Amino acid sequence: MIVAERKPFDEIKTMLSGCRKIFILGCDTCVSVCMAGGKKEVGLLASQLRMSFKKDGREVQIDEDTVERQCNREYMELVLDKLQNYDLVLSMACGAGVQLLSDLSEPLQILPGVNTRFIGMTPKDGTWEERCRACGNCVLGETAGICPVTVCAKGIMNGPCGGTDHGKCEINSEQDCAWTLIYRRLDKMGKLDNIRKDFPPRNHLMQIHPAKQVHEAYKGE
Amino acid sequence: MAVSFKNALKSGDFIVTAEVGPPKGTDIEEMKQHIELLKDKVHGLNMTDNQSSVMRLSSLAGCHIIRQMGGIPILQMTGRDRNRLALQSDLLSASVLGIDTVLCLTGDHISMGDHKEAKPVHDLESLQILKAIKALESGSDLAGNPLKGAPRFCSGAVVTPEADPIEPQMMKFEKKVRAGAEFFQTQAVYDLDKFKRFMDYASRFDVKILAGIVLLTSARMAGYMNQYVAGISVPENLIAEMAGVPKGGALLKGIEIAGRMIRRIREEGIAHGVHIMAIGKETAVPDILQAANL
Repeated sequence: MIVAERKPFDEIKTMLSGCRKIFILGCDTCVSVCMAGGKKEVGLLASQLRMSFKKDGREVQIDEDTVERQCNREYMELVLDKLQNYDLVLSMACGAGVQLLSDLSEPLQILPGVNTRFIGMTPKDGTWEERCRACGNCVLGETAGICPVTVCAKGIMNGPCGGTDHGKCEINSEQDCAWTLIYRRLDKMGKLDNIRKDFPPRNHLMQIHPAKQVHEAYKGE
Repeated sequence: MAVSFKNALKSGDFIVTAEVGPPKGTDIEEMKQHIELLKDKVHGLNMTDNQSSVMRLSSLAGCHIIRQMGGIPILQMTGRDRNRLALQSDLLSASVLGIDTVLCLTGDHISMGDHKEAKPVHDLESLQILKAIKALESGSDLAGNPLKGAPRFCSGAVVTPEADPIEPQMMKFEKKVRAGAEFFQTQAVYDLDKFKRFMDYASRFDVKILAGIVLLTSARMAGYMNQYVAGISVPENLIAEMAGVPKGGALLKGIEIAGRMIRRIREEGIAHGVHIMAIGKETAVPDILQAANL
């Protein structure tokens, strides 16, 4: 899933200065699961803003809604009409959602309410860890299901660097060394030869931005 | 002194290398003083590459100056700041400037340095830089395009004998050997009995190993390295020895310890040589060599 965190309240409030009619649009998929931009977070932010503007003596109308997925055109078309008479929309979706909304509602101003961080997973409640860099050349089959591109701070492919220390990474003592993790799991799997192989330099062709993919069945449309 | 580092490695002599750090800025006087002081006392002088991720004069320019001054430079190259185009280009440039010895490194993480918000590159890591050198030597670049004139290098790498766990470190060491590393400069070692055990393993390979000697300058520095620097462990008795000297005597004690260690490494044939890192105290290197009877 995409992991995001809500922008600081003061930053959001500064972005909204001068507006009288604001719509906050949440997204009920990834950013809802990571407690940054789902229905509950939209409600909390809207209340906080209403109270803050009232305290400042400013009259600002704040309305809210949350859609299933802001990165999907079908879901977005259901809400476009109701956004038309607002000064701006604060989107609580990831960067992809903010951009689809901006494309579909031009020239309405859409502001981002969250900072999109990474593709991650949930090792325990309330914690998210980055586990995929969307590099386009998955090597997890070779590295015991631990991604060196993501989990190693340097993304190196041929074993630990000199910065590894008792299984931890030089960037901070809390961070596990990816290659120590890979080594230990491959050892248990009886597949240490996977580390003995030379990995060539990574192919960054799949990383040319912006990436695009069209399903076979839709080609030519 | 030999005319090239490769010849020095072949000579069978006990090899001594030291390290010079380029300045942050264009004032190269102090760097030149260090080169002048050391160039005839060692077989090769490493020039660090934005060491600790701190932006400085380039290693390539520094090596060029070592050569101009009659020394033998060892070009440190990390993959942190340059992609494969820039690294190969700099290798060709080094070659035409007569710089033919390269130490291939992955590089410290960018967040350890003074431009923490910069983009870390890591397009090639140490092993892949070694392989890039082999490709260039064979007359083509990493993409397989032919070169008009191929360079010749003596390439080296690093190894951390006290890494924990040691097994993946050994696997990487062997990959570097297979990729053509001719010499290794190790991370600092202080416990020579432990280092001897590493050398029992490493000496099976046809490469020269230079034991890393980092000059201890105070008990505090020794304790800090022991606790915080990856892959370095300073035994308690050495920290106590540093702490036991009267105020102002720590540097002399550090020189004595370094000299003593080098003497033992040489006399017992533990390694093929030493790489002395006197970080910030380059002027102490001749004293260390004297203490080592070199």
